[in-house]
Amino acid sequence: MRPTVAFLNRELIERIVAEGRDILCRMGIAIHNPAALKLLSDGGAVVDVSRHHVRFTSDLIDRALGSAPKGFKLYDVMGEEAVDLSGDRVNYTPGSAALNFLDGATGLMRRPTTADYIRYVRIVSGMPHIASQSTAFIPGDVHEKISDSYRLYLSLLHGEKPVVTGTFTIDSFEIMKDLQLAVRGSEAALKAKPLTVFSCCPTSPLKWSTVTSQNVIDCARYHIPVEFVAMPLSGFIAPVTLVGTLIQHTAETLSGIVLSQLANPGTPILYGGSPAIFDVRYETTPMGAVETEMIDCAYAEIGKYLGLPTQAYIALSDAKQLDAQAGLETSMGATLAALAGINNISGPGMLDFESCFSLEKLVVDNEICGMTLRMIQGIEPKGDFPSLGHFTELVREGHLLISKHTRRYRQEEIHLPGPVIDRANRSRWAEEGSKTLMERASAEINRLEAAYTPSRLPDDVKGELTRLMTAEARRYGMDKLPRESR
Amino acid sequence: MDLLANLSQSLQDGDDEKVAALTKEALAAGMSAKQILDNALISGMTVIGNRFKAHEIFLPDVLLSARAMYAGLELLKPLFLKDDIPSRGKVVVGTVQGDLHDIGKNLVSIMLKGAGYEVIDLGNDVPPERFVDTAVAQGAAIIGLSALLTTTMPVMSQVAALLKERGLTGRIKLIIGGAPVSDAYAREIGADAYGFDAVKAVEIVDRFLMRQ
Ligand code: B1M
Repeated sequence: MRPTVAFLNRELIERIVAEGRDILCRMGIAIHNPAALKLLSDGGAVVDVSRHHVRFTSDLIDRALGSAPKGFKLYDVMGEEAVDLSGDRVNYTPGSAALNFLDGATGLMRRPTTADYIRYVRIVSGMPHIASQSTAFIPGDVHEKISDSYRLYLSLLHGEKPVVTGTFTIDSFEIMKDLQLAVRGSEAALKAKPLTVFSCCPTSPLKWSTVTSQNVIDCARYHIPVEFVAMPLSGFIAPVTLVGTLIQHTAETLSGIVLSQLANPGTPILYGGSPAIFDVRYETTPMGAVETEMIDCAYAEIGKYLGLPTQAYIALSDAKQLDAQAGLETSMGATLAALAGINNISGPGMLDFESCFSLEKLVVDNEICGMTLRMIQGIEPKGDFPSLGHFTELVREGHLLISKHTRRYRQEEIHLPGPVIDRANRSRWAEEGSKTLMERASAEINRLEAAYTPSRLPDDVKGELTRLMTAEARRYGMDKLPRESR
Repeated sequence: MDLLANLSQSLQDGDDEKVAALTKEALAAGMSAKQILDNALISGMTVIGNRFKAHEIFLPDVLLSARAMYAGLELLKPLFLKDDIPSRGKVVVGTVQGDLHDIGKNLVSIMLKGAGYEVIDLGNDVPPERFVDTAVAQGAAIIGLSALLTTTMPVMSQVAALLKERGLTGRIKLIIGGAPVSDAYAREIGADAYGFDAVKAVEIVDRFLMRQ
């Protein structure tokens, strides 16, 4: 049996969805984008262009829910299937777009560089429990205007795993799409084998900005999957109750789905989000709060009820360093998310309210993810019945270390994390240098980096990626990309 | 408790109805608008500000008290000569062009209003010219910019450049804030100050307008 967790019963889900739809149809939301308003108006919504205001119709919402795919797959740069975002399949991806980087060597937070990013791509390439790369942080050594696209470039050049990313502007979409076309070769190939997911955020409360609504439309035009990342904050820019926050999240997310499906019916989407409570004591948006994680799991239940694949920012922490808080918040989130069957779980590596990335944390989190992936395999009989034979053998031999049953099932039954999670006995731990978690994590980073093999993407494609990115950098007065980028 | 102390306490309790009633009572008892403003409303708000800075109370408490203060202030306003309408100064705030993150900016705006400043909040996605044009048209001495994205930080330097171009540097002070910006960045682009958080933003405005 696959273990699960549920926070909502069906009746409550139906009431929340009905309210969310009601907000869209009766009260309406603001969309600051003429192109989006036109699409919606042509689709039958009631649009007031001067007030940037839209009221949806029930039929429009139903049609969008009908055309949105129930699931989809991502393919790596070589075109091989890599991530299945459907059913209750669980995949982890690192947290994305951090402004800061926790330097493992000094323990200090600083702005990340190209070299840090490449190191990140290398280690994520070898992580068994992290299914995709994300554009995890923002190298500070290039012009700010390319800070979104440059990450994608580095990821596609050095790594093979598909990429969870997003643009910060309307303009950057063009280069970020061109980089993908360079990898795939044609629009049709990109459509057939999606390479990335773009995060697009409605602006809570109940609003879409020009930039992000345009991103939704642009992605749809090229069939690029979108994850909707609404961020209602309970008690601040959303009702304080978890149910109230869920109603708002439903309305905001459904509005995005309608927009994308009007722009191009059948465009893959993820029913996602990054809602949080608002901690009035510190004026922060804690991602590791238990209520935040409950909201995440609950909206994923709503997404599943609507028949859609899901995403959440949940396996992460608000701690400022790799400490016990980092571990506990991340594991609680990862565990709940895995039980909830969220398809794309964002967060590993992330600290400090989605604003600081740590490679050491990423390798720890990889092991947390591994354990949760084991957990959702559940408890199944494996050659256990009848059991008398095993126990006769046990009593006879005094152990089952080399029994046939053990040899057959040990590997699939017992997940052995490490080397970061420490399970040595004290004397062996001491003999091996009494290493702290930080030391073990940093050794693991070095091991993964040493084991990295360059992406198999053909050289001419890599050359084309660099040509495209260099041309983009030139638009902002940078004649060369940082030397280490290639 | 005397009337003004009672009024100040009601403001600190965030009780807007009581503040309005007591303000009327104080006026009926012959106290001047100035006396009520200084010795009850502003003094009450100062206590709230200090308690907030000391982390004894939180943002919603400040908001409730600010709302209560305005309940009193509205009754006093008609009694001031036009030029004397109490204003601690005007501040133009907004999130820069291309950026939609307005939560931090809203907090700054709320806190400045709570501290008695007149805030002209231009919202988010605001082009550089609008900041400067509005400050000039409204006679505001301070522009406060917020940015949360690395891609939109450069708009802050455009505002600084525009102030310089129009010979307003120094006359209109520029304060910047938001997760990706820093003290060093403020210095680099020639802004007058960097506000780490909303409380800091109020302190800076206090300093620039030389009030405490
Ligand atoms: C004038 O003087 C002053 C003085 C002090 C000032 C000041 C001005 N302004 C602020 N301060 C200071 O005082 C405030 C109170 O103490 C503080 O304000 P803050 O704003 O820092 O703090 C607030 C009280 C709480 N914090 C926040 O509100 C920001 C939290 C995070 C998680 C965040 C949020 C909430 C949102 N986001 Co966005 N978001 C993130 C943020 C991560 C983070 N930890 O910063 C960040 C900034 N976002 C990011 C991104 C990428 C994006 N977001 C986007 C959207 C959103 C939401 C709409 C979902 C939502 C905003 C809702 C809203 N109405 O504002 C998109 C933006 C599109 C655009 N063009 O703007 C989008 C581009 C995602 C996308 N692909 O669509 C990342 C930035 C990456 C980068 N390098 O620039 C990010 C670090 C998160 C991440 N890791 O992805 C101080 O900074």
